[in-house]
Order: sequence, then structure tokens, then C-alpha cells
Amino acid sequence: MTTQPATTRTATATAAPVRTLSLSRTTATAARVLRQLRHDPRTIALLLLIPCLMLVLLRYVFDGSPHTFDNIGASLLGIFPLITMFLVTSIATLRERTSGTLERLLAMPLGKADLIAGYALAFGTLAIIQSALATGLAVWFLGLDVTGSPWLLLLVALLDALLGTALGLFVSAFAASEFQAVQFMPAVIFPQLLLCGLFTPRSEMHPVLEAISDVLPMSYAVDGMNEVLHHTDMTATFVRDIAIVAGCALLVLTLGAATLRRRTA
Amino acid sequence: MMNYSPEPPAAPGNPALPHAVRAAGLTAIRGPRTVLRGLDFTVPRGQITGLLGPSGCGKSTLMRSIVGTQAKVSGTLDVLGRPAGHPSLRTRIGYVTQAPSVYDDLTIRQNLDYFGSILDPNRPTPDRRADVERVLGEVDLTSHADSLAGNLSGGQRSRVSLAVALLGTPELLVLDEPTVGLDPVLRRDLWHLFHAIAARGATLLISSHVMDEAERCHRLLLMRDGEILADDTPEALRTRTGSDTVEAAFLHLVDEAAANARTKETAR
Repeated sequence: MTTQPATTRTATATAAPVRTLSLSRTTATAARVLRQLRHDPRTIALLLLIPCLMLVLLRYVFDGSPHTFDNIGASLLGIFPLITMFLVTSIATLRERTSGTLERLLAMPLGKADLIAGYALAFGTLAIIQSALATGLAVWFLGLDVTGSPWLLLLVALLDALLGTALGLFVSAFAASEFQAVQFMPAVIFPQLLLCGLFTPRSEMHPVLEAISDVLPMSYAVDGMNEVLHHTDMTATFVRDIAIVAGCALLVLTLGAATLRRRTA
Repeated sequence: MMNYSPEPPAAPGNPALPHAVRAAGLTAIRGPRTVLRGLDFTVPRGQITGLLGPSGCGKSTLMRSIVGTQAKVSGTLDVLGRPAGHPSLRTRIGYVTQAPSVYDDLTIRQNLDYFGSILDPNRPTPDRRADVERVLGEVDLTSHADSLAGNLSGGQRSRVSLAVALLGTPELLVLDEPTVGLDPVLRRDLWHLFHAIAARGATLLISSHVMDEAERCHRLLLMRDGEILADDTPEALRTRTGSDTVEAAFLHLVDEAAANARTKETAR
């Protein structure tokens, strides 16, 4: 028996119709993901409130040195959306894979890009709300001293959220259970957290670690935040930073799409 | 054992139409195991074909191959005139997996609305709504439409899964054990629904490991260990084996196959 895929001699095996992104299927998927979340108000509350609570905590931990709060607070505004979106997406897509709904969707006329864009859109919306709350709180109530525009902070936060969604989607392909999916957080996020320059400037690390941090996307997320913190205008470094974060998010989303298979064993 | 009316209504299949499914030398491999071993069979259009056999005999793999979600399938497999898995088939086949595949954190109606919009986003909203109401009625869940799927009983959830497959009136319905865990009244009602769907001209392939459901099918494919033991009408099967029930006919065929294998073994 040959191992070529099932083919036919009678039917004309015409090429598959070109599958581009279908806007209505993407928005329907995003609306469905948000509707699922709406039935789970506790998750929404945790998603939106925990970053705010952590910022308040941080503000009073560094009560005596407001400058430290500026640096760490701005960095965290970029890191929170990445971590929460990573967690939420990896669990949500893992559920989609294990409940059989992914198989059902892929047996229907849904493009992989539609599904991924739908998830990115839904969690991106959530990330905007989360970042707006956290940024607003930090800038207006906790006295975070930002030289640049808070809108740029929000932009970086949004791109970070997208990167988190992309990473979560990608690792969910390698997790067989929710236990495993949660364990991917320390594996994927913690090293980036240690190396991103949050604890000590990257230039002061061991050269090997500094080189590694140069290829990790979170480093650029934190760099971007710090650029906004210290400069009034959009600097070239800032543009480079957000381009790298956005590029990484797109790359990982594409890798994530490759892990969605219509045919499985 | 349930008391079903023993004879299904006369088979409405149109012999002029080509078969809904045609397989030749169909083989499927899962890991180290060959799950389907060079199957040759056809599924006629407009009829209910029952796929029967013990658990683990390859029924689900066969169904997944037809739907186009099974990897490592070789041989020839035509579905509605196209190679299995062809993108144009995705709107023409309704597929229900053994475990209900619906979103537990959405209501029944929200589930159906979503899958309906994936199936045909260009259809006017009133038409899609009407379609949702129709399938809700067909699986008898109209009164529960706004309950969360996760709060339903097992049987109700599997009917939600069935309702999703009925959206958009597909030409071929592939149903993997759709009546498992349902009470006798519901099972009878669902079989009435299946016959009504077949009467509209659709083809149904329904798997079961409960042999008494076989009597309700127009044709049967009896499977065992990745092979097809028989492909016939229930009546012809009973007559050929001189048995009273399809279950007895199945056992007869299994014994016969085992005896044949033994003679081959000793002849070698």
C-alpha cells in the first residue's frame, strides 16, 4: 500500500479555492471568544484588576524612591499584558484543541488565519482595556512620571499583548493538558523576565546573557517603555523596539497557524 | 433491548446518482497500528447506512477519513464526487464526533449562531436565525435554547452537537454514535428525524455499537478489526446467515471469518 494521500481518478482534483482572511468569520470568532469570556465574569475581573493592584502595591513598596517606581512601573506596564494574554490564550486554545471544537471548526469552511486573527482581535480588545486601566491608574493616580505620551505607552502595551497572544497560541500546541500549559509560563516567560532589563540594565549582565537578551522579544518591549519614559518624542530606538515586538508577534502567530492541522492522527 | 419497528421504510435511494462515498483500498495508519486495512465499499445516496462493529474496530477512523480530518490515509476515497477532505466539501458535510464538540461556556443558541456564521457568513441574518430555530426544534431543545451548554445533561449536549451538524442542511451527515446515552423515547425520535432527513435526499452514515439500531438502517457496513465483514441490507444479512437478528448475523460472520482464517493458517 502506498502512503500517498487519498486521491481520486474520477473527480477532477481542482486546486483549493484561494483562502484569504475572511473578515466576517474573523469577527464572528472574536465575538464568540468575548461572549465565552462574558459568561466568566471572575476571569474578566482578575484580568483587569490584578495588574492595577500590582501597580498600587509596587507604588508603595518603592514609597521612598519614586524614581525606581517610574522605571519598574513603566516596564511592568509592558510586561503585564504579555503575561496575562499568554496565559489566557494558551488555556483557551488548548481547550479548543481538547474539546473537539477545533476539529469541528477546521472541518468547516474556517481558515486558520480567520481563527488566529479572531483570537488576536478578541484578546487584543481585552488587552486595550486592561492596559488603558493600568496606564491611566499609574500615570494619573500613582504619579508615574512619563516624559513621552501615555498613548505611546498604550501602543507598546497593545503590541506586547499581541505577542503574548501569539506565544500562548504557539505553546498550546505542545501542551497536552492545562497543567502542562500553565507550566509553559515559567518556561517561556520567566527567562525573558529575568533578562529583559527589569532587574538590572542589560548592559551590566554577563556578555552571554546580554547576547541572549538581545534576541528575546520582551527586552524590546521593556526598552520601548523606557524610551517613552525618558523622551518626549518618538525616538528611532522606540520605532525599532515596537517594530521588533510587532514582527515577533507576527512571526509567532504564523508559527502558531502552522500548528493547527486539519488532518490529525 | 429496545422494541423498534423492525423494518425501515423502503429505501428511497436514487440508483441513477453516483454514490455518496466510494472507497477503494482505503487504508489508515495511526501510530504503529494499521486501523483500516484496504477497505472497498460504497455508501449510496439518500439512504441511511449504518456502520456497526465493536468499539475499537475503526469506525471513528473511517468516519474521520470521510470527513477529511484523519491523517495518513491512503487509497481512493471519493466523497460527493470529490476526494475526501476537498475544501468544497466543508459546507456539504455535517459531522458529529463521539464526544460533543460544543462550547460549554456558551448557550445552545450562541453555539448555533457562531457555527452558523462560520458555515455561511454571507447568508442574511434572518435566514440564519430561522435555520437555528429549525435545528433547535429538530433535536427538541427549543425550550433550553438559552441554557449554557455546560449545564446540560450528557444526552442534551450530544444533541446540541448534532444540531450544529444539521445547520445549513448538509448533503452528507456523518454521525459518530449519535444516540449513545439517550433514553428510548429520544432515540426513537432521533431515528425518525434521521429518516426524515434521508427522505429529503440527504445521505446519512451513522455508527453504532448497539446492534438493535441496525434494523433501522437501509444498509449496513459491519466492521471488525479494521475490515469490513459485510456490506448489505439488514434483511439480506439475516437471510444470508439464517439469523433472526442483525446481532446474530454479525456473530455468525465473525465466527465464519475466524474459521476461514484458521483454515488458511493450517493450509500454510
